[in-house]
Order: sequence, then C-alpha cells, then structure tokens
Amino acid sequence: MGGVHPEENKISNDAAIEVMPVGKQMVVLMNQHLGAPATPVVQKGDKVKVGQLIGEAQAFMCANVHSPVSGTVLKVDSCKDAFGLSKPAVYINVEGDEWLETIDRTPDIKRECTLEPKEIVAKLKEMGIVGLGGATFPAHIKYSIPEGKKAEYLIINAAECEPYLTSDYRVMMEHAEEVCIGISILRRALGVPNAYIGIESNKPAAIAHMQEVARQFEGIVVEPLKVKYPQGAEKQLINAVTGRRVPSGKLPIDVGCVVSNLGTTFAVYEAIQKNKPLIENILTVTGKELPSQHNYIVRIGTTYNEIIAHSIGQLPETTGKVISGGTMMGKAVVNLDAPTVKGNASVLVIGEKEARRAPETACIRCGKCASACPMGLEPYLFSLLVKNGRTEEAKEHNILDCIECGCCFFSCPANKPLTDEIRLGKNRVRAMMAAKK
Amino acid sequence: MTQQILIAVVVLGALGILFAVVLYFVAQKFKVVEDPLIDEVAEVLPGANCGGCGKAGCRAFAEACVQQGNLEGLRCAPGGDAVAAKIAELLGCAMVQGEPQVAVVRCNPANCGEKRRSNYDGLRSCAFQNTVYTGESGCPFGCLGCGDCVEACQFDAIHLDPVTGVPTVDADRCTACGACAKACPRRIIELRNKGKKDRRVYVSCMNREKGAIAMKSCANACIGCGKCEKVCPMSAITITDNLSYIDYTKCIACRKCVVECPTKAIHDVGFPTPAVKPAPKPEAPAAPAAEKVEIPVAETAKA
Repeated sequence: MGGVHPEENKISNDAAIEVMPVGKQMVVLMNQHLGAPATPVVQKGDKVKVGQLIGEAQAFMCANVHSPVSGTVLKVDSCKDAFGLSKPAVYINVEGDEWLETIDRTPDIKRECTLEPKEIVAKLKEMGIVGLGGATFPAHIKYSIPEGKKAEYLIINAAECEPYLTSDYRVMMEHAEEVCIGISILRRALGVPNAYIGIESNKPAAIAHMQEVARQFEGIVVEPLKVKYPQGAEKQLINAVTGRRVPSGKLPIDVGCVVSNLGTTFAVYEAIQKNKPLIENILTVTGKELPSQHNYIVRIGTTYNEIIAHSIGQLPETTGKVISGGTMMGKAVVNLDAPTVKGNASVLVIGEKEARRAPETACIRCGKCASACPMGLEPYLFSLLVKNGRTEEAKEHNILDCIECGCCFFSCPANKPLTDEIRLGKNRVRAMMAAKK
Repeated sequence: MTQQILIAVVVLGALGILFAVVLYFVAQKFKVVEDPLIDEVAEVLPGANCGGCGKAGCRAFAEACVQQGNLEGLRCAPGGDAVAAKIAELLGCAMVQGEPQVAVVRCNPANCGEKRRSNYDGLRSCAFQNTVYTGESGCPFGCLGCGDCVEACQFDAIHLDPVTGVPTVDADRCTACGACAKACPRRIIELRNKGKKDRRVYVSCMNREKGAIAMKSCANACIGCGKCEKVCPMSAITITDNLSYIDYTKCIACRKCVVECPTKAIHDVGFPTPAVKPAPKPEAPAAPAAEKVEIPVAETAKA
C-alpha cells in the first residue's frame, strides 16, 4: 500500500568504511536514546578508559552510556545538541587511546556464543545497545519479550530505503559475517527458528554477498524486497516479509515479529562477542555538491564540525542544510558544534536550492497524499482537522498510526506541509489523551 | 362523503386535544426555570467568547455570575471595570474593582530578523516548531515567531513586528483576556498590571539557563546576575532558575533595575524619557556646575 519513489542518490555506495581520528575533546550526551537520560556516574577529574561506563541507566526506558575515548573528565554539565536544546553531558579531555582490558580488539571473528537468552539481554543492557535505525529504542527492552507473547519471526531491516544513506550497505559489504553472527545471537535471544534479512532489490551486490555468507549460517534467509520508500519502516517491512499486518495501536510483537536494524546486529555482535559497548557510529558523509563521498566509523561524541573538517575540509558555499539522516525523515542540524549521538547515520549536505521548500499553494483535492500514504491514512483530511483544532476527530481517523515517513508531503503537488501538520496533530492528540487520564 | 370528512376531523381533533393535554403535563413536569437575570447579564458582556474568564464563553460566565450572586473571583477582562459595575448593579452586589492588565511579550531576541541563526521554513505554527528545535533565534526559551498568539487574539491587539518577527502588543486594544498567553507554547506572554499612567517595567526574557549559556543563546538574555534584585528598593525582584522576575504588585516603576541590568533585559514601557543613571552622590551635581563656570558664556552671565 502506498509508498513513493524518491531519487535514490546512493552516491557514497563505493566508499569503503574509513576510521575517523579522535578529536582533542569529546562531549558525550547522556540523552542518546529514546526515554530518560542516563545518570552520570563520573565526576570532574576522573580518569576514564575507552568503553568505561559513564552514564548509568536508572529509569526503565533508558540505556547505558560509555566513554568513547580515554582521558580525564573535564566537567559534567549541559551541552547543546544538534537542535540547540540543552542536554546533560560529560566533557572528556582526550589523552591517548587506552581501552578497557575486557574489550577484545583483535580482528579475529568469534562465532560461538553459548550465552543463555537472558544473559544476552542483560549484556545488551550493560553494553548500552540501542536500535540504530533512527528511533534509538533501547535494545534490552525490545529483546525482552513480554509475558504471554511469542516471537515467531526476526526480521532484519537492511532495506536502507532512505535516499543518500549507505552505511548499512557498507556494513553488509564489509562485515557480512559479523552481521550474520549478530543475527544468530539475536535469534538465540528470542528463540525464533528463522531470521529474514530484508534488502531492497536495488542493491544486487549486497543481496548476493549476504546470500553467500548467510549460507554458512543456520536459519538466516535473505529476502529481496521491492524498491519503494518506506520499505524499511517497521510495519511495511513486516508486511513485505511475512504478509502480516500490524493492527492499529499494536506492536510488531503482537503479530509475532521483532524487527531489528542491520546496524544494530553489527553492534550486537561487537557487544556480545567482543565486549565492546556502543561507542561508535557508522556514518555516511555525502551530498551532491561535496568533492568526495565517505563512509566512516566515528566515535560517538565527535562533533559535526570535526567530521566535516576531516572529510571534506569545509562546507561548500552553496550549502543550504546539513541533515542528520536521509532526505525523507532526517532532521536538519542547526548546531554543527553539537556532538553526534548513537544512531546518527549520516552527515548529509544539501545545496541551497534543493533545501528550500517550494511555496505552499491551495489543496487541489487530487488525493495523491492518500494514495502515497503507506499506512492508508488521509493526510489531506488531517491537515484540515488540525488546522481547525478538531483533535478528537483526528484521533478517530487514526492520526496516531502515522509513521511520519513524509510520503504525503513528498507527493503533494501543492507543497502543503502535510507531515508537519500531522505531527502537530499527533502531539495534540497525545496531550489530549494524557489530560483525560 | 360528508361522513368521511366528519370522521377525519373528529379523530384528528381528538388526537390533537389528547396530545395537547399530554404535552401540557410533560411541560409542567420537566419545566426548566431559568433566571431572567442570566440573559440580562449576558447582554452587558462584550460577547467575544474569548474564554479569558476561564468559562466556556460569555453566557457561561453570566450563568456563573448569577449562580454565585456576587463578583468574587469573577472578572471579565475585556469588559473591565465598566462591565463589572453594570453586572454588580444587576446582581445588586458590591463591585469588585480589578487592576487593569495588559499582555506583555517577554522576549527581545538579539538574533532575529536578518541576524537569525537558522532559517525555518516548515509549518507556520509555533506549537509545531517548538517540538522541532530551538527556533530561528537559537534560544530554547525565546519567541518562535510563527504567530500562534496573533491567531488566538480576538481583538486584533497583537501583531508580529515585521523586522524582528516578535509580537508586539497594542496596549489600547489588548483586553488582557489571556488567549495569547495560553496559545504561546513557550509561555513567554504574561498578563501584567498596566501600571500607573500606563508605565510598567518587566524582564523581557524567559531564559532559565545559566548565565554563560544564556549569553551564548542571546546577547539580550537575563543572566540571573542579581544586580536588579540588589538595587530594587521595594524588594519586588526575585531570581529563580537564573531568571529575574519583577512582581508587578510591588514595583513602583523607579527604573533603577532598568539602568542596572548589564544585558538590557529589563524593559520599561510608557515612560516619556529613556531611563538614565541618576547622579548617584550628592557631590556629583556640583561637578557639572563647576564645569559650567569655566565656560566663558557662563562667566559673562555671572558678571
């Protein structure tokens, strides 16, 4: 149902993953995941090593934060994130590159995993693993299946349907074996017979390579998918792979599915087999107007400016926007001095002309937004309901089912900011529901 | 034929009488007695249904007035004292005099208009922009400039300044109904007493960050330094969360804080001349006088 075909622009496909050097000072935000911020457990003057716990998850919906560098803690203060909002953070002055002894830094690939499912989940929590598909949902919560429910399918999202992004593609090409081990570990944690890797069929090389590697593993099936945005959205992917539909207001586990991003499986492998916490991102630096395209392994806490300076020197003069994420769902970064956080998949530079939105005109009732909506909703209707403050009706028309993929805005010939309006409407509906409780 | 007509007339007539009797008794049984006073009170209200009184509309306010029998805690801000007097007369109770109020926008961004730090071209809605990022000025507490307050105002009393993009209140039109204050997602609009001779002093900032960070956000931000608190003769100023607040019930509009504020975050409205530092010591006035003597003209005058 629905979907659109934006220009793919996977121009950084062939750039092998490079390692970004560590800067002089790192700022690690305590709020790198969905939920409450982690509580700092270090103080000014403390010496830390790479991989040492610096922020502890004390709330339920929270994830541990580890030091991406070794050095001395300068201060525990607040720092402005990429959108200019103050977040609690730990500032670390980098001294050398001393890793915790427990972390296995050898290049050997370790296949065997004998941990029990509960131990795997506990270790994911300890290592601060979060979903790297964009929502940064704490992994230990996702893989703790609630009582009375049973997972039947594990689906790995390698669709990478967002334009420009290539980090998952590079991971598949360079670390296929590790990814497959990570998938086997997750299969073990969930107790499911089969795992399916969904890859869009516009990546034939990745499909062939993954199929070849997956043959050595039990119960991993590579599933080529139709090219369509948003093929990698959780509910769309479940439908494409299993044919099941997640009912409105339900979670994937209600239809026996667990969906994980491909990047997360690589992080799971490193966490479980190599004892390495989530301290690095695999990140694409791309843009049509950039002199070169890159894929990097970047320590979390490196600022956008440092990444730009190292990869392309400086931003081209025609830069209109720097986006973290793809062009469809990514967010524009307003503060380039902000540190990167877990789940950042790209630094995407968009030219001035392309970045600007076209002026909004009146709705011509063509219905393109409704046919583009992958959730079968009616964006034009929400636009009117939100504008007129009819929140109750918007809720009745399932506004909360919207996955904010941006297909409606993308397809609208009148350039109406439909996704923005729906997001505003969703906020209002949530506030209304909270007030009723 | 005649018989048929007769039957119809008799049957329908009988039914009509029967229903009339039933309806009469039902009407007696479920009679709603409404105080005619409610209509009278509703008549004197402005009828804008702005909701500033906290009731659903003017009629609901009238009902509340009549039910309560006095004006204790009930006030129609747009109507002001004139309407309050009329309602008091109708109800036969004492009039509750209220201090006239006005909406005040507590933001004066340094990075606005041409100097803005980013360019927002999403949905023109402050409520939405607030969920996305800090806004064009770069201050997480400041005005977002999409005009949710302008849309909320029923009295055409608040408009966006074309240069700064921040709303300005037309004090003559503002009825202090508070609709704009409720519409603002960052709560930067406050209702304050109009003050004597329409003169008022307020902190034009809502930034609660620590001084150094607030300064980075905006050069005009209140940094919570406490100078105003010290200089205030009426102890009307308090500082909470690095932000100064002037209690308008205590303020005498002496403007000492306006002069003292290092970031010019405290604004004065309605004064004929700008606030200047008054000569602090008694000897000071003598000094300019002595200077004057040195001027030849003064000498001739003396002679």
